[in-house]
Amino acid sequence: MVASRGNNTNPARIPALGIRVIVLIIISILVMYFDHRENHLDGIRRAIGAAVYPVRIAVDAPSRLWRWLDESTTSRNDLELELGRLKAERLLTNARLQRLTALESENARLRALLEARNRVRDEVRVAEIIANDANAYEHNLVIGIGSRDGVYDGQAIVDADGVVGQVIETGIMTAQAILISDPDHAVPVVVNRNGLRTIAFGTGEFDRLELPFLPNNADIRAGDLLVTSGLGGAFPAGYPVAVVDFVTRMPQEPFADVTATPAAALDQIREVMLIWSTPAASEEETE
Amino acid sequence: MSRDRASRRLPVIITLVVGLMLAIMPLPDAVRSLRPDWLALLMIFWAIQLPRTWSVGTAWIVGIVLDVAYGTLLGQHALALCVVVFVTVRLHLLMRVFPLLQLTATVFALLALYQFILFWINGVAGVSSPSITYWGPVIAGTLIWPPVYLFMSGIRYRSRSGG
Repeated sequence: MVASRGNNTNPARIPALGIRVIVLIIISILVMYFDHRENHLDGIRRAIGAAVYPVRIAVDAPSRLWRWLDESTTSRNDLELELGRLKAERLLTNARLQRLTALESENARLRALLEARNRVRDEVRVAEIIANDANAYEHNLVIGIGSRDGVYDGQAIVDADGVVGQVIETGIMTAQAILISDPDHAVPVVVNRNGLRTIAFGTGEFDRLELPFLPNNADIRAGDLLVTSGLGGAFPAGYPVAVVDFVTRMPQEPFADVTATPAAALDQIREVMLIWSTPAASEEETE
Repeated sequence: MSRDRASRRLPVIITLVVGLMLAIMPLPDAVRSLRPDWLALLMIFWAIQLPRTWSVGTAWIVGIVLDVAYGTLLGQHALALCVVVFVTVRLHLLMRVFPLLQLTATVFALLALYQFILFWINGVAGVSSPSITYWGPVIAGTLIWPPVYLFMSGIRYRSRSGG
């Protein structure tokens, strides 16, 4: 009190500044505590996120405009070439899809024989990326759909080539996602060739994942495809994650040094797909 | 009176919104760790110039918005920005008469304090903290401060003579 009266007599001093800053610091610490310990503050986050949304749109506007110009000024020749390429690609994919349908029904039949629960197909939806790289040590994306469209925390995100990441925070019209290359992210995988289970960690580099828990004698080699195992419940099983590129075995170390390249080009994607796992799958994970 | 007030607040609000845009603008990988803390620079500037209107309360709100935009722990940037602005307001009379070089050195210290608080909170919260590139924004912010300061002073005196 004495201090603040002293401040008032000096015109250069701001009244009660010290008290205000102490109160704000205490509030900050409380807010951080509650945000860290439990997620009580999601509503506040969501409200402020909605307020920041127009700014994100404005920031993204130049690159959107550039893409639009680029698309609308593509020459006829280029378009015809692209059309030809896409037609060929579609033919190939269709051919592959035919086999897939047969395989799927065969799989269902075999599962029925084994009396296993039927794995229902996952629902997907395409979302546009409206921002990325919020800061340098976390690999984050902001996508253009949110809780209004049924997005939920922990939802898996893939693109045409493989797993991209998962939703960590859902706003009303946007959602924040963590990439598999984030140093704090890990995804349970299996080696497609032999079913060896392990975990792939992000490294902070877009083109590298690490598999730190493989013993020296593990059956893994360069070129092996890693797919999601479905364990842990966050990612549905069977989506490609990465391809192993180096396996270094050092006799004196207990674990082999294995790195892999993500199947999705994490720093180049513009659109992603969100996966809604079916209730059957989520029941399985709670059991 | 209220119109006069509004016309004085507008430049600050506009610069803060532009600062937020610069803060969340996507950047290529190579220069990402050299992005200055635009909002910290702007808040330091306005705290030197108008410490009665724009001090710790504004800094706290700006910090919370930054936390949401970056997806960091809610309150992290708010706390750091609040402390930095508090120190700035305490020193604002001194900083007003500093020559630019000395002012830049002070801003370097303030930015280092800002980054250190963020670093410290990351450590307490168990968020994995990075290497030397973490301090890139401090260097970049210090280097960009003189042009930002001159530009902002231009805005400030134009808006003053206009209002």
